[in-house]
Amino acid sequence: MDVMDRIKEQVENNPVIIYMKGTPQMPMCGFSSRTAEALKACNVEFAHVNVLADPEIFQNLPRFANWPTFPQVYVNGELIGGCDITLELFQKGELKPMLEAASAKA
Amino acid sequence: MTVQATIETKLAEGLHPLHLQVENESHRHNVPPGSESHFKVVVVTDAFEDKSLVARHRMVNEILADELQNRIHALALHTYTRQDWEDKHGSAPLSPPCLGGGKRQA
Repeated sequence: MDVMDRIKEQVENNPVIIYMKGTPQMPMCGFSSRTAEALKACNVEFAHVNVLADPEIFQNLPRFANWPTFPQVYVNGELIGGCDITLELFQKGELKPMLEAASAKA
Repeated sequence: MTVQATIETKLAEGLHPLHLQVENESHRHNVPPGSESHFKVVVVTDAFEDKSLVARHRMVNEILADELQNRIHALALHTYTRQDWEDKHGSAPLSPPCLGGGKRQA
């Protein structure tokens, strides 16, 4: 399958998914770590892709949603942002209801 | 021109900020001394009025597209309107520590 189709399938089949460096259990980058921690704190199940373990996705994800950096968080197939935006939504109390609504719909 | 100066000049011209802070945080990461790879940008501008966080980040990413493609490895972005900045009393969050970025340690 083409890498863009693979990414599309991943973001459409998972209500909440993070593309990150490392895993939520063993993050390899501070930005990825903080973002995964914010998702975990919302107590909503989420999928993850370790971009360091998938060079094809690492190389092509930036042009999928025209977003140049990692991590990237998708909710209901839409990019909500990277570390700074996810944390800001979390601190404003907007992240948890957003994730809950997405997984309730799935 | 240094990467830092390039970022400052491009954002000043592109966004006419009320406040612009560009900080080289490379020393906190897994890169050689003197690197210009990791930056934190705090930008306050009326151009962000009525724009979502994703849209604001996209505006900055577009202005710095060349740098992001070729020179910058990480960009922490804090994008505020005049009102946001007043609500925050003029302070932006701290960036996370590195965790290695998946590179082999020396």
